[in-house]
Amino acid sequence: MSVLTPADFERIQYHQKTQNISRPSLSYWSDAWIRLKGNKRTLFSLYLIVGLLAFTILGPVFWNVDPAFQDLDQVSQAPGTSRLAIIVNDYEAWNGESDISIDALRLVDRATTMAVRLKWDTLPNASGYRVYRNIFPVGPEQAYGIPLVEYFDNTVLFFEDRLDLKPRRYYYSVVPMDDRGNLLDGYQSIAVDPIRVTTLDEARSKGLLTNESTLQAGDSINLSLHPLGTDYLGRDMLARLMEGARVSLFIGIGAPSLFILFGIFYGSVAGFIGGRVDQILMRFADFVVALPFLLFMILFKIAFGIGPGESGIFPMLVALVVLMWPATARLVRGQILQIREHGYIGASQLLGAKTNYLIFRHMLPNTLGVVLVTITFAIPSAIFIEAFLSFVGMGVAPPTPSWGSMSNEGIKNMLTSPHELILPAILISVTVLAFNLLGDGLRDALDARLRNQE
Amino acid sequence: MFLYTLKRLFQGLVTVWFIATATFFAMHNVPGDPLLNDRAVSEAIRANLESKYGLDQPLSTQYFIYLRNLSTGDFGISFTQENREVNDIIREHFPVSAILGILAVVFAATGGILFGALTAIYRNRLPDFIIMILVILGISVPSFVIAAMSQLALVSLNDLVGTTILPVAGWGTILHMLTPALVLGLGTMAYLTRLMRSSMLEVVGSDYIRTARSKGVPAPRIFTKHQIRNAILPVVTVLGPSIASITTGGFVVELVFAIPGLGRYFVQAVQQLDYTVIMGTTVFYGAFLVFMVILVDVLYGFIDPRVRLEK
Amino acid sequence: MDKRSNYAGSAAKQLGVYAVYLAVAMALIVYILAFFAGTSGALINGGAINEERNSITIALAEEPPQLDSTRATDASSFIVIAHTMEGLISYDDNDQLTPGVAERWEIRDNGATFWIREEARWSDGLPVTAHDFEYAWKRVVDPATAGEYAFILYPIKNAEAVNRGDLPKEALGVRAVSDLVLQVDFERPTPYFDKLVAFNTYYPVREDFFVSTNGRYGADADMLLFNGPYVLTEWIHGASMLWEKNPYYWNDEKGFLDEIVIAYITNDVNANLNLFKDGQIVQTSLTAPMLPTAMEQRWQIDRFMDGSLFFLEFNHREGRVTENLNFRKALLLAQDPSELVYKVLKEASYLPAESLFPVWIQGLQGAFRKEYPVPEHRMDLERAREHLERAKLELGINDFPPIVLLTGDSSLSLLAAEYYQELFKKNLGLELRIDAQIFKQRLAKMTSGDFDIVMAGWGPDYFDALTFGDLFSSWNLNNRGRYQSEQMDDLIRIAQSELDPKKRMDAFSSIQDLIYEDVVIVPMYERGISFVVDPRLKGFKRRSVGPQVDYNYAYIERL
Repeated sequence: MSVLTPADFERIQYHQKTQNISRPSLSYWSDAWIRLKGNKRTLFSLYLIVGLLAFTILGPVFWNVDPAFQDLDQVSQAPGTSRLAIIVNDYEAWNGESDISIDALRLVDRATTMAVRLKWDTLPNASGYRVYRNIFPVGPEQAYGIPLVEYFDNTVLFFEDRLDLKPRRYYYSVVPMDDRGNLLDGYQSIAVDPIRVTTLDEARSKGLLTNESTLQAGDSINLSLHPLGTDYLGRDMLARLMEGARVSLFIGIGAPSLFILFGIFYGSVAGFIGGRVDQILMRFADFVVALPFLLFMILFKIAFGIGPGESGIFPMLVALVVLMWPATARLVRGQILQIREHGYIGASQLLGAKTNYLIFRHMLPNTLGVVLVTITFAIPSAIFIEAFLSFVGMGVAPPTPSWGSMSNEGIKNMLTSPHELILPAILISVTVLAFNLLGDGLRDALDARLRNQE
Repeated sequence: MFLYTLKRLFQGLVTVWFIATATFFAMHNVPGDPLLNDRAVSEAIRANLESKYGLDQPLSTQYFIYLRNLSTGDFGISFTQENREVNDIIREHFPVSAILGILAVVFAATGGILFGALTAIYRNRLPDFIIMILVILGISVPSFVIAAMSQLALVSLNDLVGTTILPVAGWGTILHMLTPALVLGLGTMAYLTRLMRSSMLEVVGSDYIRTARSKGVPAPRIFTKHQIRNAILPVVTVLGPSIASITTGGFVVELVFAIPGLGRYFVQAVQQLDYTVIMGTTVFYGAFLVFMVILVDVLYGFIDPRVRLEK
Repeated sequence: MDKRSNYAGSAAKQLGVYAVYLAVAMALIVYILAFFAGTSGALINGGAINEERNSITIALAEEPPQLDSTRATDASSFIVIAHTMEGLISYDDNDQLTPGVAERWEIRDNGATFWIREEARWSDGLPVTAHDFEYAWKRVVDPATAGEYAFILYPIKNAEAVNRGDLPKEALGVRAVSDLVLQVDFERPTPYFDKLVAFNTYYPVREDFFVSTNGRYGADADMLLFNGPYVLTEWIHGASMLWEKNPYYWNDEKGFLDEIVIAYITNDVNANLNLFKDGQIVQTSLTAPMLPTAMEQRWQIDRFMDGSLFFLEFNHREGRVTENLNFRKALLLAQDPSELVYKVLKEASYLPAESLFPVWIQGLQGAFRKEYPVPEHRMDLERAREHLERAKLELGINDFPPIVLLTGDSSLSLLAAEYYQELFKKNLGLELRIDAQIFKQRLAKMTSGDFDIVMAGWGPDYFDALTFGDLFSSWNLNNRGRYQSEQMDDLIRIAQSELDPKKRMDAFSSIQDLIYEDVVIVPMYERGISFVVDPRLKGFKRRSVGPQVDYNYAYIERL
């Protein structure tokens, strides 16, 4: 045993450096961020989301086209179709007169996308005629194509077709009928190639011509540009997709943000106060969870009643919030209950921390990770719900487009103009996928338990 | 255990009352008039119709009559399908939705577990990539697009073969059920595949697998006895909720494939503002979900003693 | 690496074994489920046409709400009833009136008499008698029945009073003189009564059977009695139906098939097309986007006018801008129905509408529209804007408030609504607000007058110009825009009871002109349907009046 001298009780010197920290200290969030960045898939999804937001917000700046404008010269146009058109005079009604001699089915005037005029000579035994149009030759099956008109009068020997004419080859047939409308043999058929035309008025109203322009009938002109084609009313797809993005993303991001905010509030109140209040609040949440979700979405949608000119976005948002908050509330409550039992809360309390400080410094930040993950997964499901409601006819009211309502319309024209379905459907899929990947990445990054895996 | 069950059942009844009330008031808030039709009718006829459906009573009276009828399990008579009780409608159409739903869950669970295990085994190799692409499609493509596309694909398939292999729409035989159920279960299958995959990978890294390996247990035995068995557990626990959501979520598939299920019927009833059918269907589905959850909870209680202790 | 693939291989093999187990289990489950599904499902007949059983398979758009002929109101019910029931008079396969249950009839100024054929039978073998008609008609007008089509019996004496509850139903002017003679008294001369009698609401109901159903008449297959070419023997609600040949039916010119199977009930046009393409149903309608497919398949496409007319109906109630004639004229002149049909709707079978009377309405000898042409309409923006300015002056406003355009929620009506919205904005600088509502909500708003313009349609009930002609009388409840004019009312009264056909047609012509001059409506289109039928099926008919599809004269052509 050594002997203690008074020198041993002398205060030791304060050491400037006791320990050497070689790396910068990492907070929970910066650690999460580093791991998020390290995950290629998550990074990719982040780029996607930034791209989508840019498309939605900045897109209209670069592509400033009215999404409601109807270009009826270019309806359901696939992307990349030729835009060349010939300028012609205004449409004049035709009463079947022509100066060419008619011995069989003949084309009168030049065939244009404005009108195709046909005349024919009396066919034997005919009590009347039916005129057909086909995109294939008639062939031995006698598949004449689409019936356009029937005359129960064998003296009418002309027909003017103005139905949705495209610059492509058509095969017109005139078929004799008996007096009861049955088709007889002896049809006549010709091939017609209408050219794409527009009128000066039309071109001027679309801003294709300046006032000084000297273009006249017979000259050619380029019609308006639609990079992604047009929809069934000749509206620009790109502009509509951008506007639809605003609606879909507004609902997709707005609704989850709102109901999660409410859920956090509700859940933390229940979790923190606890006891009887907690029980009552949670019982009510159970009630709301038990409502059959999709049925109530539809019910609310009609109960809110959309007035004239309203888009119905707001009622949908409210319905989503009203029905979807309980899940978050439960989650937050559970987290708060768990955190309450942790040692550091007790320590903090012993050190004299106030309730507010406890809630805002310790409890909420610690639930934030879980909440963030919930949000990223709630966004794709909200987007899906919007699309689903549009499909059953309960979505946003026209003319407001959303990706859901656009793809629903697209399904109807799926066979003739697939781009009307594919484009909005791809956007939905990409958005849903991006948020799902981000959610996965966030979960991995924020979950400390997984730190050593993958 | 008995007391616990009783308590849960009572809670369930209160929940059903809440659903019924919410439905009733939401429904009577809907603008529009279920008694109007294409051809306008005289005042006398209108009054007759109103009294037939009790719409001439004040709302509170209607509510109590509605609750009283509900307590005896009577949902009333349909507005559009005169002479048909809502009970009959549910009895005829719900089994269709249920069968479709169960089949979809069976597909989803089988596919999810098999594919999930396969991707985990061939992690980051070709089968993994192929299946994950399918999973991504299942997660990110809206169900109505998938449904419409698959119907189109069926037509082309039948056209190619020259005879009807799989029917394109309708209901009645095994063959009619396959495609819709597959489409309906696809989303859940994708979800379960992902779950199974991560669960498998988690298990692979666990200590007991390492121990078993070091003891020299042969690989197939480790796979069957340890890996699969443990990995499947989290998948099984999410199956309960998916059954419920699939059974009530078949609208799209029922609409596209012309299946006479309750979901399609509901959508039509909404279009027609058929009060009694809408209320009956909603309350029925709500009650169905509530009691399914209770059933699952009680069953878990029998299996897992911890649940019992908790309550 | 090698070791890892070895593990993977063996694990995959193990997984394969599991997969086999699971597949077997799944097959078992599917089989059990299919057993249960069989009790709730459809009748599958193996293809559109079954020559062996002389049977065809069809799809129906909607499930009929119920099949009581006296209360049926919807197209699906009309179709079923047209095949399972028969009235006193019916239409032949060339849309001409032909004797039905009545062998012959006589229509006078003040009444009519029908002589019922002895061989007409109910599906239980008992004869159809005049009493069955008397019973049915009295039931229709009885306010307790709440029949929506009671108005169609109003030409019969006291019918309206009975229906209002002012007289007992015994007061109705119809009585069975004997089992085979039915006597009808008229409220006013009704020269077109024979056409009315062909309508569903005039079909018979047998009292003893009706009473025995205890209020459930028409709800199920066994709650019905038939007297038509087919009988409904099976009805699985929402899923399927089976019609079988009625062995007691008297007419061998009708009902050539042994069975008609309704295996699908769906209004999804794509599902219908796919079913037809797959050879599962004999006939389907084709919408515009389907026509290229139809041409590619080399189908023989047919078309018909389904009879109905669609129009923009103005709200003529006080306080609405649309009450102003110049405003309405401006709208009329700023649009062209042919652009709507040819460029927007793109439906090959639609016709741009020009008049309240569709092209198929019969006049004196030939088509009404040939004999009485409509005032020619041309889009004229300059004149439209002039009228708009005048309207501003008359109304004393500088700008027009937003105009509410009420419409349904079908994709076609939304398409048209979006088109008009842009059109009137571009041409007149008017702001249109689209108010798209589900069916019953739209009707509620139409009835209460909560709109400026409504996109409305009207389908014919009987084969006479009056089915359209009396639409805008001040007493017609279906006049939802509440158009009122004495001139119109006078003309309609003439059209209702004038016995001289020429004068009657002149009245219709004046109605047609008045509609145009007063711009009561803006005609949009006459609806037609393109469709395709299995080439082996002959005699199939689609009609403008009555059932849209008619298989009564259909038969399978055997090669």
